[in-house]
Amino acid sequence: MDAFTTLTAVAAPMPMQNIDTDKIIPARFLKTIKRSGLGVHLFDPLRFDEDGKEKPDFVLNQEPFRKAQVIVAHENFGCGSSREHAPWALLDFGIRCIIAPDFADIFYNNSFKNGILPVRLPRAVCDQLMEDTKLGGNARVTIDLARQVVIRPNGEEIGFDIDPFRKHLLLNGLDDIGQTLQHGAQIDGFEAERRQSQPWLPTTIA
Amino acid sequence: MSASRPRTLFDKIWDSHVVERLPDGTCILYIDRHLLHEVTSPQAFEGLRLAGRGLRRPDLTIAVADHNIPTLGSRIPADIKEEDSRIQVETLEKNVAALGVPYIPIMDVRQGIVHIIGPELGLSLPGTTIVCGDSHTSTHGALGALAFGIGTSEVEHVMATQTLLQSPAKNMRIDVSGTLGFGCSAKDIVLAIIGKIGTAGGNGHVIEYTGDTIRALDIAGRCTVSNMSIEAGAKAGLIAPDQTTFDYVKGREFAPKDDAYEQALIYWKTLPSDEGAQYDTVVRLTTGEIAPMVTWGTTPGQVVPVTGIVPDPEHEPDEAKRAQFRRMLDYMALTPGQRMEDLPIDVVFIGSCTNGRIEDIRAAAAVAKGRRVAAGVQALVVPGSGLVKRQAEQEGLDRVLLEAGFEWRDPGCSMCLGMNPDKLTPGQRCASTSNRNFEGRQGQGGRTHLLSPAMAAAAAVTGRLTDVRQLV
Repeated sequence: MDAFTTLTAVAAPMPMQNIDTDKIIPARFLKTIKRSGLGVHLFDPLRFDEDGKEKPDFVLNQEPFRKAQVIVAHENFGCGSSREHAPWALLDFGIRCIIAPDFADIFYNNSFKNGILPVRLPRAVCDQLMEDTKLGGNARVTIDLARQVVIRPNGEEIGFDIDPFRKHLLLNGLDDIGQTLQHGAQIDGFEAERRQSQPWLPTTIA
Repeated sequence: MSASRPRTLFDKIWDSHVVERLPDGTCILYIDRHLLHEVTSPQAFEGLRLAGRGLRRPDLTIAVADHNIPTLGSRIPADIKEEDSRIQVETLEKNVAALGVPYIPIMDVRQGIVHIIGPELGLSLPGTTIVCGDSHTSTHGALGALAFGIGTSEVEHVMATQTLLQSPAKNMRIDVSGTLGFGCSAKDIVLAIIGKIGTAGGNGHVIEYTGDTIRALDIAGRCTVSNMSIEAGAKAGLIAPDQTTFDYVKGREFAPKDDAYEQALIYWKTLPSDEGAQYDTVVRLTTGEIAPMVTWGTTPGQVVPVTGIVPDPEHEPDEAKRAQFRRMLDYMALTPGQRMEDLPIDVVFIGSCTNGRIEDIRAAAAVAKGRRVAAGVQALVVPGSGLVKRQAEQEGLDRVLLEAGFEWRDPGCSMCLGMNPDKLTPGQRCASTSNRNFEGRQGQGGRTHLLSPAMAAAAAVTGRLTDVRQLV
């Protein structure tokens, strides 16, 4: 996983609530055994018509947003399925940060595992950031994870909250499985204790 | 944690599974059951291999293929016609064989949708933690298990460590009281709940469903309610185990037997929330708010009683929401003020992890009996598992449905999300017992109305959305 430190990039406005995972990547594109190559299907129902042609009114089909690395959206981004194909598709397209008033829990978790930073900011701030995207090609938003600020094109800084452990992993591009495996002895101990206290707990071997 | 503080069911399960609390409050949470399917596991198996890591507890893991499986014709994996579907199923079979993971083959009568077979086989037990790379894992909470969906990176994390890194969720209590009205079912309860709290109403929470209406539900009904917790944004749904639960679990294949069952029972009886336990959020509903429900929009929260009308976006004060609302009506080909009962339908889908149980098929067959599927309507009944299918056939429900003109299929996820050949074509309108009415969910351009199995059967025989109370 790539670390996330500071990003200065074009942000694409998507003023919609409940951008669900079937919109981010429909189920028919989940029939892959790889993580890579899903960017071409990102937002397929919004981005392409039934013949596979680009819909000109969709933001990511417009300049300068084709190169967007940030999305600003409304409430409950990523609701629906647990499919990690959603962040994989976003990442493959080049998106590294999503700013919204709130996120669906599983999507929020999945983003961190893939080096994508989900930032929760109030609706009014998201609306302001969407207005900023209309300033033209030179308008860039900056996200500084270490300082936990989003910097508007006019230089105004807006703070955001993030769980310190997740921040640490993301800043350093760390694999959390490696972190947990350092606690192997505690997991062994827990299992041994439960074999005593709940010996009735069955396995999946009939 | 103080021993004297009254705790919720969620608190108790959580506390008993914390391996270690890290300095910032993140917990290493132990996982009792890991359920795998073919769509969200291949990249996790690959990740494990690339990192040179093993699968810590294959004996707490079980796999089944469900999403891609055809419901018609040969069920031999090599015969699956869509190449990408076949590769996913074959990849799962290779991966489980290589790592010694217990697997339920497609030809096994016990094969089915992972969230149907967990409870059915006694794999889902009160007080345990259950995860699966699938958002509808919340289903298993119906038995008093803490069960939630995870992404593929987390699937890999559980494979390697049998744990997850988690922060505690907030507690939400949803209390439903009263006797369920005529023609209403568990599906109507949960649709009414989502309509009330919204699709993000449960974000950051685990919901515990309480109240006499919930208590009166059988396990199938409880599974339907818990299943759709995720559609309200909740991490999980829970229903405290009671005698209904204990009776259901007893004797199932993987459940504890004899002395082990008796020991387990003593523990399970300690699980219900303590008197005075605090919830961060409390929501109350009465059955007076619940009628046979049907969704009109493209999120599960956009729901009205079947006797209702399509709402008007111009009443929405927020401009962005208003624009989105208009777009939805356009997608659904609806006009404000239109009566839901006037909507003609093309396809009926009865099945899924929400409503693919024997009780659901009985409810559909009761409405279908002696009637005919309306001309021009395709009506699919897809049992949730091979065991459900066998039970239905023993009861003669397949005959009732076939004689009425329904199609009787083999088990799988099917048209809930159309990863197998069962999907809507653009513009088709479907009365569906599944869980999501998102744009394109059941097939590109398809229009989904979520409802109960009895309501779906009613729509099939009249050819339009219909108040089932007029038919029974």
